Amino acid sequence: MRITCPICGARDSREFSYRGAALALDRPDPDAGEDAWAEYVHLRENPAGVLRELWYHEAGCSAWIVVQRNTTTHEVLGAELAAEVAR
Amino acid sequence: MADLIATSACAGRLPKTIGDVTLTEIVFGAITSVAPLKGQEEAVSDALKAQIGAALPKPNRSTGKAAARAVFFGRGQTMVLGPRLAHIEGAVMTDQTDAWAAVELDGPSARDVLVRLVSVDLRPDVFKQGHAARTPIIHMPGLVLRTGADRYLLMTFRSMAGTLVHDLETAMEGVAARG
Repeated sequence: MRITCPICGARDSREFSYRGAALALDRPDPDAGEDAWAEYVHLRENPAGVLRELWYHEAGCSAWIVVQRNTTTHEVLGAELAAEVAR
Repeated sequence: MADLIATSACAGRLPKTIGDVTLTEIVFGAITSVAPLKGQEEAVSDALKAQIGAALPKPNRSTGKAAARAVFFGRGQTMVLGPRLAHIEGAVMTDQTDAWAAVELDGPSARDVLVRLVSVDLRPDVFKQGHAARTPIIHMPGLVLRTGADRYLLMTFRSMAGTLVHDLETAMEGVAARG
């Protein structure tokens, strides 16, 4: 599997480490309540299909990126810098 | 007061020639990380150009010549190899002179040796002279910089210098054995 880093270009997936679904970018407010926080910490969609994920280009440029990946085919549909998504 | 003897990262291990490829250690006078603060990129680039004659490089690129190079080293980070820098306003700078091992792989089969260790596309019309890649060298965090037609500068953490030399030697022997 190859992931296209927005900075470095297409790289082998071994250069990246995986964080999971890109939920960290939508962190609830501190006073959002227990339900919102319980969902944020514990609940995941786990879709068989396209998922937005956070990957860290650990052995490359050290950028966090948001990757759209199909979990059934491993097709990588796009990637953008997490810093720009979160802005 | 003890009289300490400074040794380089690959002291006693290099240079070495196997087949038509030679591996030599490169010892830089200084290695400095330069990370411009948000919005300061242009000012820092100008200041760096005034000091060493090379601007901040774009991603996957380098600027300058052998005596003073500025190399892309990560998101928002440039490593300056060679001259000792004066402070640049608007940048976070860290002296990393003794933190890295640097070697140069030179010879007609240098690329054949390197493709055994590195997964990026090194074809000469894709990875051109002056191109740089932060990418693992086998399993070690590394930098690959093409400095000539058949010449590459490789860097990894100093603590991994012995493994770097060993892995390169093994690859050089493999390529040489194929004739």
